[in-house]
Amino acid sequence: MATHATKLSLKAGIEKCPTGIIGLDQITEGGLPRGRPTLLCGNAGCGKTVTAMEFLVRGAMEFNEAGVFVAFEETNKDLVENVASMGFDLKALIARKKIFLDHVRVEPSEIAETGEYDLEGLFIRLGNAIATVGAKRVVLDTIESLFSGFADTNILRAELRRLFQWLKEKGVTAVITAEAGENKLTRHGIEEYVADCVILLDHRVEEQNSIRRLRVVKYRGTMHGTSEYPFLIGATGVSVLPLSALKLDHKASHQRVSSGIPRLDTMLGGKGFFRGSGVLISGRAGTGKSSLAAHFVQAACQRGERALYLASEQSTDEVIRNMRSIGIDLEPWVKRGLLHFYAERPGSFGLEKHLVTIHDLAAKLDPKVVVIDPITNYAALGTRGEVKSMISRVMDTFKSRQITALYTSLTSGDSAPELSEVGISSQMDTWLLLRNMESNGERNRGLYVLKSRGMAHSNQIREFLLTDHGVQLRDVYVGLQGVLTGSARVAQEAKEKADRLERQAEVERKRRKVAQKRLELEAQMAKMRLELEAEEQVLQRAADQAETQEKQLVLNRREMGRIRGADLASAHGKGRA
Amino acid sequence: MKAAKKKMARAHGKFWLRLYIAGQTARSVAALRNLQKICDERLPGKYHVEVIDLVKNPKLAAGDQIVAVPTLVRRLPPPLKRMIGDLSDTESVLVGLDLRPEGAAS
Repeated sequence: MATHATKLSLKAGIEKCPTGIIGLDQITEGGLPRGRPTLLCGNAGCGKTVTAMEFLVRGAMEFNEAGVFVAFEETNKDLVENVASMGFDLKALIARKKIFLDHVRVEPSEIAETGEYDLEGLFIRLGNAIATVGAKRVVLDTIESLFSGFADTNILRAELRRLFQWLKEKGVTAVITAEAGENKLTRHGIEEYVADCVILLDHRVEEQNSIRRLRVVKYRGTMHGTSEYPFLIGATGVSVLPLSALKLDHKASHQRVSSGIPRLDTMLGGKGFFRGSGVLISGRAGTGKSSLAAHFVQAACQRGERALYLASEQSTDEVIRNMRSIGIDLEPWVKRGLLHFYAERPGSFGLEKHLVTIHDLAAKLDPKVVVIDPITNYAALGTRGEVKSMISRVMDTFKSRQITALYTSLTSGDSAPELSEVGISSQMDTWLLLRNMESNGERNRGLYVLKSRGMAHSNQIREFLLTDHGVQLRDVYVGLQGVLTGSARVAQEAKEKADRLERQAEVERKRRKVAQKRLELEAQMAKMRLELEAEEQVLQRAADQAETQEKQLVLNRREMGRIRGADLASAHGKGRA
Repeated sequence: MKAAKKKMARAHGKFWLRLYIAGQTARSVAALRNLQKICDERLPGKYHVEVIDLVKNPKLAAGDQIVAVPTLVRRLPPPLKRMIGDLSDTESVLVGLDLRPEGAAS
């Protein structure tokens, strides 16, 4: 916080004194005006003293600036006790000479006025206190007490004017607290003297919830947030709650995080959610939202990442027990310190308290993933705008820390699921919708990705089952009426299997037929070949015989010629041989 | 020495008065002068005045809870009584010191 505030204070025109109070330095763009008095006014119990004290304590602890606290109303002992509940060890700081506590008692009954006077005694005390610790910060709480003590308002006003001038000359950053007035900012018009910076605190009770608001009424010479901001006084002091990032300047990660269900990751561009994104899982009662959340958290723990589960409806034990029934055992992760549960019914506190609790848990545990199950339970705590604002701030808290957050949302019976999420769905990066699909007298669970920014995603409605091994997504079967689920799907699966077997059998049959045909043909061919061979032999014999006869004829003729005593040559010449 | 003086004062029914001032200003001088006058008239010989200059001893301002200056504190006889101002309003000084106008010391 210290370096962030210093950065802010260097950017602004006038020099600022960082308070170290969460959110206040952001609204004032760096802190209070350095070396000038700031007026902190408000009604009774609004938190002026606590805020002023935190300014001093953090000044000493975080910015190494000593301070003086002049208490007109509470005794030193009371003050030490009151701020101990916020973890401020005032005694130690006083012992180390970082803070000087001076209780100024102004008792009207003790002060009879016998003539002219001034308040130099106060100046001397203050001067001594500042010098003793080398103070750079001073708190006067509350200056109004002077008005009840001293009757002569002329003297008082003159001295107050002198006091603020004196404080400026001393170069200390002063915080003056004052009671809020009916028609004016303060009862006695102190705002005339403290013109540099005026902060108004307000504390009221609405709908049985205590609500605190802070507003920077005036801040000369600088830009500042002008709205009313809610603030809380918690275990670590004051937290002012502007939107955590007044600008939208979160980094966008390219890393992907598994949902815990591999086939669901496939539907989400093949890899799962983006790290640091916000995921909404909405659906009616009993659609399986918490089961998906449990998978997500288990996957994170298996990766060795710390997870935070904020349950607003079930106790920690109930969640663990219920998830065991689908085969997810979260208890070992709890024991190993990777999984932290925080179970609280929203109705116990107001919206701001929840925001601060979530903020503190995120800061303390530094988880990588968070589940809020369900987020719709917070809807009853405020108007639509207030709830939306609170959820925006919760989402901002997570995004600025690159925490992947999963929110389950219960949608009510009648309206189409998409309509009831108009408030927060636009801020979510991924939106999974769970539905019950009724057909043939059954209800089956379906899931689809309504949107997922930054990635290609499936648009198919997938059926899923809650089994002993967790959530199982099934293959999609599309029949004539659309997606088939439940027993219809089973029937379809069986039919397709039967068809496939049938086709295989058919192919097998044909193949056998071909083989048989070949055998037959081959047999025929063999027979014909034999016949051919036989005929060839016969023909060959006949040919041989003819040849032999011919040869014999020739021999006979020659013999006859010889016998007849013919001339061989003439026989030859006649050309017959 | 202070304790001894206290004992003495108590024993003799003396008034032990303390005047806080902030430096030698016209007002502090006037206050001291006024105080002397009243004491001489009403408590001749029966008073003891201590002047504490807060400029010289700033730490004493916190101890005795001094805000306005000048402040006159009647330490003895008890109870403790305080008044602020330059003591020019004699009536209120007398009332403050619990001295009846007739002049009898209590």
